[in-house]
Amino acid sequence: MRKKQAVILCGLLLSILLFSFVENKYFLITDKDVELHVPNGFPKPVYKFKNNRLTPEKFMLGRMLFNDPILSKDSTTSCASCHQRIAAFGHIDHTLSHGIYGMIGKRNVPALQNLIWKDAFMWDGSIAHLEQQSIGPMTNPIEMDETMPHVISKLKANKDYVERFRLAFGDTDVTAERLLKSLTQFVGLMISANSRYDKYINGTDTFNASEKNGLSLFRANCSSCHKEPLFTDNTYRNNGLVPDTALKDKGRGGVSAVASDNYKFKVPSLRNVEMTYPYMHDGRFRKLRDVLNHYDNKEKHYKGADKAITKISKLSDHDKVDIIAFLLTLTDKTFLYDRRFVDPFMK
Amino acid sequence: MATLWVVMSFCVPVGNGQLSIQIDHYVGQKVMELDTVYYRNALGQQFTVTKFKYYISNLSLQSVAGKTVKLDEYFLINEEEPVSKRFDWANIPEGAYSDISFVLGVDSVHNLTGLQTGALDPINAMFWTWNTGYIFLKLEGKSPASTSSGNIFEYHIGGFKAPANSIRTITLHFSKPLIISNNGTHLLHLKADALEVLQGPTTIDFSKLSSVTDAHNAPMVANNYMDMFSVIDDAK
Repeated sequence: MRKKQAVILCGLLLSILLFSFVENKYFLITDKDVELHVPNGFPKPVYKFKNNRLTPEKFMLGRMLFNDPILSKDSTTSCASCHQRIAAFGHIDHTLSHGIYGMIGKRNVPALQNLIWKDAFMWDGSIAHLEQQSIGPMTNPIEMDETMPHVISKLKANKDYVERFRLAFGDTDVTAERLLKSLTQFVGLMISANSRYDKYINGTDTFNASEKNGLSLFRANCSSCHKEPLFTDNTYRNNGLVPDTALKDKGRGGVSAVASDNYKFKVPSLRNVEMTYPYMHDGRFRKLRDVLNHYDNKEKHYKGADKAITKISKLSDHDKVDIIAFLLTLTDKTFLYDRRFVDPFMK
Repeated sequence: MATLWVVMSFCVPVGNGQLSIQIDHYVGQKVMELDTVYYRNALGQQFTVTKFKYYISNLSLQSVAGKTVKLDEYFLINEEEPVSKRFDWANIPEGAYSDISFVLGVDSVHNLTGLQTGALDPINAMFWTWNTGYIFLKLEGKSPASTSSGNIFEYHIGGFKAPANSIRTITLHFSKPLIISNNGTHLLHLKADALEVLQGPTTIDFSKLSSVTDAHNAPMVANNYMDMFSVIDDAK
């Protein structure tokens, strides 16, 4: 009897041990995990981690910071509050971004993926460098409403973070530069390039007839702006949406002060578009179908719509079904379920 | 002539001196005091100043002989931190100088090359949240004329791409040449008048424009403050 108890106890202990080992391994980031691989067919990255060499410790620090509400003024909102992993780091089913104190922003949360191929960030391209990008949401009063000195003082007061900064940078100095570079490592490695589309291009998967037809329709009508393989050409365009009179958002024009840039917004990538609904800079469309209908209804387009949009041919219902079937092949489960990006606070 | 200069510089070792630059902040005729002192703008509207800080960079000295000496360094001048209002420029070749130039702001290279440290560290809160890059100058205060919540006004000026380019190069001419002597330290005393941010060419009415934090109005304010600096002649 006693022997049996001992066996059960041993078994229990062993499983706890095993579980914690597995758990740690799940969250552990190795040198291999932070290797940068430029996917087949992708151009050279704009951001090359120069002066910010990728290391597991910096990446893990960035992962912690990304998921920690400590970066917001009232410690309620983290980057991950709005950038959800399962939505390719967009905000699923939220038209406009939510800030602290329940405030509503004026734009739809963009997905975070393939950022190192971008030369500017935000819907209006207002931020010109990946390392500087997170200063925006952290300090914007309607997002996280923090100040850099206050964030740094909070992190300095946190022994765990001081230790993490030491592990990542060699000494216990907690600086804005280190904070931002760590975040850059975490978001910079968010690379989506293993969707069914990618496998089809690489010859390791096949498309059905509908998906194939969708791809050729896409190439004929959409790909001049949503350029493969990134599915964006990183330009700003007026896509014919009637401006929202409440939001009064001039888009790129608000940054450049050039009148012809008014109502232009950055062409978003369509990778993982299945998961990033609702769509458009103000999240006005809930379904891909609504988006295609918008491009199809040219008579309803706002003045100054981009020439590329006016050239889109009339789409039949069948065409739309096929284009959507193709767009769904851009869902990249390897990326969406990548353990490296899982919230470490779930540990 | 150029050859002669080269030969001479080989033969005669040219010494170096130091320039110490001190900037005093004024609001019109009055010395700037944060929070406590009331000033009046050109429209007679009363106001206090709560914040005044700006970047100086790309300093250069023009010698009487037509040569230029440059300093690749950024300085964040902040009324709140008196020590920031004085900085040194070492290793200036001895000689007579007629003009000093500097950029009020952060050039496009430093805006576009990622994180910076020192004066340009993002912790200095001189970084735009919803617009591109560094803020070059911040003037904040309170005026009963402002209709903003708390009667505040805030002018955050930045932007480095035309037409929203607020980078301004300021050149000041010395009434008599500034002499840098070998191993010597010369004090250059400058005055920065914050009232000039609010006037000339465009008079800012606190009741109509209490906030500039966007690309559209920033160059207008930059054109105002272009003439806010002058040389104080201590000999007088």
